[in-house]
Amino acid sequence: MNILVCIKQVPDTTEIKINPETNTLIREGVPSIVNTFDTFALETAARIKDVNNGSKIVVITMGPEQAKNALKECLAVGADKAYLINDRAFGGSDTLATGYVLSKALAKVEEFEGKFDIIFCGKQAIDGDTAQVGPELAENLDYPQVTYAVDASVEGSNLRVKKECDIGYEVLDVSMPCVVTVTKPAYEPRYPSIKSKMTANRTDIPVLTSEDFDVDILYAGLKGSPTKVKKTFVPTVAKNNIIIKEETCEASSKKLIKLLSDAAIL
Amino acid sequence: MKAKNKDLWVFIETEKGRARNVGLELLNPGRKLADRQGGKLVAVIIGTDVDEAIKDSEAYGADHIIVVDAPEFAHYTTDAYVDAFTTLVNEDLPTSILIGATNIGRDMAPRLACRLKTGLTADCTGLSIDEESSCILWTRPAFGGNLMANIICPDHRPQIGTVRPGVFKKKEPDHSQHAEIFRKDICIPEKRIRTKLVEIINELGSELVDLEGAEIIVSGGRGVGGPEGFEPIRELAQVLGATVGASRAAVDAGWIPHAHQVGQTGKTVSPKLYIACGISGAIQHLAGMRGSDCIVAINKDPDAPIFKIADYGIVGNIKEVIPALIDEVKKIKE
Repeated sequence: MNILVCIKQVPDTTEIKINPETNTLIREGVPSIVNTFDTFALETAARIKDVNNGSKIVVITMGPEQAKNALKECLAVGADKAYLINDRAFGGSDTLATGYVLSKALAKVEEFEGKFDIIFCGKQAIDGDTAQVGPELAENLDYPQVTYAVDASVEGSNLRVKKECDIGYEVLDVSMPCVVTVTKPAYEPRYPSIKSKMTANRTDIPVLTSEDFDVDILYAGLKGSPTKVKKTFVPTVAKNNIIIKEETCEASSKKLIKLLSDAAIL
Repeated sequence: MKAKNKDLWVFIETEKGRARNVGLELLNPGRKLADRQGGKLVAVIIGTDVDEAIKDSEAYGADHIIVVDAPEFAHYTTDAYVDAFTTLVNEDLPTSILIGATNIGRDMAPRLACRLKTGLTADCTGLSIDEESSCILWTRPAFGGNLMANIICPDHRPQIGTVRPGVFKKKEPDHSQHAEIFRKDICIPEKRIRTKLVEIINELGSELVDLEGAEIIVSGGRGVGGPEGFEPIRELAQVLGATVGASRAAVDAGWIPHAHQVGQTGKTVSPKLYIACGISGAIQHLAGMRGSDCIVAINKDPDAPIFKIADYGIVGNIKEVIPALIDEVKKIKE
């Protein structure tokens, strides 16, 4: 199988704090990580490679030069090749523009790596939380898609995907090539070894700019994005924050229920 | 693409021919937005044997109802639904479309928006009209709810957004209302549908877990101690008429099926009352429930982060507190 995994480098949102004076996000000192759902996507790809001899995994990301660090992390846990898509013209892309640029970059990467059978993405990025880029990439390629996947395996000419649904899971067969977006599987991503980290550090990561592939920059970046962010703000939630500490659990429970009924919540 | 009219469409997701709550909820803000835009409120129903969904859409206030009713839409597939929806949009060219941010809505909407080459805003929790541009002002959380953004789509039509279930409440239904109904014949060739359903794994049996539509949720976390620890949680939920939720720790431990999970890798919920039992409050869990109107935390650790976002907290052992709560609730219900 020839597999592509699309990843994003994101700030670790569990480390984000709010500046109470300015009511803005403090990003200084917040580490950059590979988007959590993308690590699940890569692990799903690596498990397919484990059982299908001769498979190859290529990772790509669109981002700044420092996103190479995220690609190196992927090279240490199963990816064989990595490409960085980097151009000022791509900055500020919304999901429609990102899906477009990725589809065009993918065509270029296929010139070097051969046609991909499966394209994995994380379900969503933990910074934007949109879950839109995977399906928008699939649409640009006119490939079938499966979202919310928790497992995938090759069954003949199809990919068999287990995905979350409201009552549990659905198992679907999808023809390849296809785009699959991955949520939390039953397994954890593998760890790198010292040796795999060293190899990853030595691997050359080619950079693709708008000069290197066929892309119309009118449809990329801020200009090419139909949605515009008008304003951002920190949500202010007025919380009562009343801690109930009576002598006994019974008394505490009684007081809580009274407070909830008085506030017309119950 | 230019809009041909000022109509606002609401996608009515169906299940076995019945409207799911989120579509009916969206007819409520949809009415206000459609009036402000000076257009009609249009319900769009795609499914099989959808007469119930049509009746509900009338009762909840749609002016027009567009219906695609054919066997190939019995079970959602990306290919069939996106093809059908695109055909409908290209015929009528509405100004705006609202879609519920369910698993299905979030699968379909980006594909649709991309085919129409227009903007899509995901997972909105607020809808209004931007005075300056007259566009819809989409308000949505990002960074796991740490930041909110107001987004507009100024130059492309239709402007599309997915909206979280449970954020807007349904209006009182009025069964005397009637809508004009437009049935469309759309046929999707079988070979066009590139996914085949092999199996449905129902983890819940006949139990219904509608976390997104729940008014009250009682959730258990690592602190419940094991699968048997969910028994008192279920009992409390039952006396409150609530839905049972869970943190990832409890789901990963195999104590309760994934369909109950609230948080970044589960459902995002916004009930009137959220009772967190034995949940420490990891940021991934908070991302899924901080939009609740009132949060109650019960935890034996007074330093648990969940208390920081709680309206009311009880520091104590849930094994003692929950039975006491069940007794108290029973008393007031009598």
